[in-house]
Amino acid sequence: MVVAVSQLDLARLQFAATSIYHFLFVPVTIGLAFLVAILQTVWHRRGDDEYLRLTRFFGTLLLINVAVGVVTGLVQEFQFGMAWSSYSRFVGDVFGAPLAIEGLAAFFLESTFLGLWLFGWGRLPKAVHLATIWLVALGTVLSAAFIMAANSWMQRPVGYRINPATGRAQLTSIWAVLTNSMFLWAYGHVLLAALVTGAGLMLAVSAWHLLRRSDPHIFRKTTRVALIVLVPAALLAMLVGSELGVVGEKYQPMKIAAGEALWNTARPASFTLFQIGGFTAGDPIPTFAIKAPHGLSFLATNSWNGKVQGMNQINAQYQQKYGPGDYRPNVFVAFWSIRVMAYLAGLVFLLALWGVWLLRRQKIETSTWFLRLAVWAVVIPFIMNTAGWALTENGRQPWIVQGLQLTRNGVSPSVSATTIAISLVVFVLLYGAMAVIDAVLMIRFARRPIAPTPPLDEHDVPVPAMTY
Amino acid sequence: MSLPILWFVLLAVLWCGFLFLEGFDFGVGMLHGFVGHSDDERRVAINAIGPVWDGNEVWLIVAGAGMFAAFPEWYATMFSGFYLALVAVLVALIIRGVSFEFRTRRESAGWRRTWDAALTLGSLLVPLLVGCALGNLLRGVPIDSSHEYTGSFFTLLNPYSLFVGLTVVLLCLAHGAAFLALKTRGVVQARAEGMGRWLAPLAALAVIAFTAWTLAIAGHAARAPVPVLAVLAILAAAWFIRSHRDGWAFLATAVAMLATVATIFVFLYPRVMVSSTNAAFNLTVHNASSSSYTLKVMTVVTAIFLPLVLIYQGWTFYVFRKRIDVGDVRQQPGSATAGTGGAGTAGGAGGSGGTGGAGGPGGAGGPGGTGPAGAPAGR
Repeated sequence: MVVAVSQLDLARLQFAATSIYHFLFVPVTIGLAFLVAILQTVWHRRGDDEYLRLTRFFGTLLLINVAVGVVTGLVQEFQFGMAWSSYSRFVGDVFGAPLAIEGLAAFFLESTFLGLWLFGWGRLPKAVHLATIWLVALGTVLSAAFIMAANSWMQRPVGYRINPATGRAQLTSIWAVLTNSMFLWAYGHVLLAALVTGAGLMLAVSAWHLLRRSDPHIFRKTTRVALIVLVPAALLAMLVGSELGVVGEKYQPMKIAAGEALWNTARPASFTLFQIGGFTAGDPIPTFAIKAPHGLSFLATNSWNGKVQGMNQINAQYQQKYGPGDYRPNVFVAFWSIRVMAYLAGLVFLLALWGVWLLRRQKIETSTWFLRLAVWAVVIPFIMNTAGWALTENGRQPWIVQGLQLTRNGVSPSVSATTIAISLVVFVLLYGAMAVIDAVLMIRFARRPIAPTPPLDEHDVPVPAMTY
Repeated sequence: MSLPILWFVLLAVLWCGFLFLEGFDFGVGMLHGFVGHSDDERRVAINAIGPVWDGNEVWLIVAGAGMFAAFPEWYATMFSGFYLALVAVLVALIIRGVSFEFRTRRESAGWRRTWDAALTLGSLLVPLLVGCALGNLLRGVPIDSSHEYTGSFFTLLNPYSLFVGLTVVLLCLAHGAAFLALKTRGVVQARAEGMGRWLAPLAALAVIAFTAWTLAIAGHAARAPVPVLAVLAILAAAWFIRSHRDGWAFLATAVAMLATVATIFVFLYPRVMVSSTNAAFNLTVHNASSSSYTLKVMTVVTAIFLPLVLIYQGWTFYVFRKRIDVGDVRQQPGSATAGTGGAGTAGGAGGSGGTGGAGGPGGAGGPGGTGPAGAPAGR
């Protein structure tokens, strides 16, 4: 029994670690691919060579980032079968389809056209070459759609039935899976978070150059582009995220209750801004708390006096429905992951507003404080993204598929704890080394002076200007 | 044809497609240090597959995800059973995948040698292990009545499966040599052809032995034409390489690879994974597949997207159809990857945008900037 428990723990730790790591790179790819496509489009439209130089400058950062994002995605796809074979058998009929569609419809597109874009400089007609980067951006966005559809099905299973003969989930409507309300809101939220991440990165790099007066007239342009994207993206990400909470209250009330550390049902329910203690069943009363009355009612139910169910009541319902057990997730993680995400999002939004104000007053290049903060703010979206996934995945526990399969029943019976420990150590070492190399390269290339306009005439230069 | 059978065929196509396309990438990855003695020559080899390798690798991803969607039992049993072998495959794919991008980002010789080694090792390990895994599907591994694998990592390292892995590696080498002979010029091409001259016959010997061994363990003499086609194709490849018919040689190694991988699936059918414990525990096309609704959905999606993928991947090969040589990979002044000199380089190329390399002779050999400004300043 001891061995069985630690095998589960190791498998969970491995999945959490590799997923969080993978998702450091995914939003950068989605966000930056879109922004680079915008830069190249501006160059294409206006013929302003400074936008070409910016396209290639940020394109290089995109490529360094994509390299790690792609290879770590492979691990995610293999891992379901490797460490979670019982889960794979149980849900494969439903869950496998979006993954396979992702490969066919999105990942082929992204990878093939990224190769065409990278090697196509000066070789493809300009308009066609511009189309390739937009197809890369489309590929990343489509890819996220199918992955989010798959994940949302784990949060709120729809369009399936349990086959009485096999006891396994069976797809009955792909349409229901792809129009799952949980999916639509979560997908919007993830795309906006990716834009925030990409724009935050572009802003930080541009600010760094503005601070050092290296080509300020060029990096002012990307500062502007980044801020124009950042303000609405940050605001919408918060609004959509809040609406995702309303959907969550409907289908995963335990996640919302745990996110508020709400042990007992309340009407109206207040939103706690900060609290000390109160995160375990043995210590449900916080020693200190700052509360905003009606806050949670408003956030979770969109009404001022809405009823929000507490963990104890939901737990009792689940025990009746699913049998004895504790159906509450880790409350501390749930509570703080929401707040870390929301507070930091507010901070990013304010910073972006400040930037726009400076931009309008033509003072951005001399506002040392803003520029310094903007450089350091680059890490904030990554923390927000990680907190978001911690909330989503921890909040669903102890389920791997909400209401259908417990996480502990999803792990591979044929894989020993030792085996998973080996792979965990291997991945941690390899990912650690890659993180160092990638960070060093990203910082090095982000700090480089921007390169001059490359010769690009299709007939004069048959040479691929960007190669390995 | 019933849907599970159609999906068995489609998965065979995906695995064949993966090893046909990524097969030459693996071959080039293993050979690049041998056909290229200088960094520029190695870059010729790497850039020959540069635009396409990533797209080629997606065939593996789709093959894996397709198994998950169409045959969850197969995916679950195989991936959990072959756990440590797949960890090794993933590590190899990772170090190989990042090597393309990372190696170019620093000029230091030691840095580049490190990533060259990662590329070579990764390109060797993936086909070896994937071949070995495919061999094990057919040879059989211990699987119990609930379709759980009961062997260990070392169970997988049996002579037949290792030999299948070796055969796939040799085919990748011959295929990669034929690809380089077709896609490069000059010294790299000459060396690739020279290596192909003995790699193709070596691969032919392996494919002949593979055919005999497979027939011996799996029977089904009526299905022998598939591996025999592989033998004929690889022999033809050896002949074509000798007579400098590069296009035909590449086509022949491609057919040999396709027929060899197809052999595994042809001899497997109707099983998808053989249980060496008891034939009653075999995973088959019918007991491992998804519901017919899921397969229908997947069939529609595949019918729409696979032709599109074939069109745009085919177009990519057309766009990059030209042979390349050392002149093509020498970095130009002012390219995004080469522009390290800051103001100095900027000054050099500042007035020459669109007219070819500022520092290069720009003469008869082609306008690629090959002059001193072309080499990035040392860091």
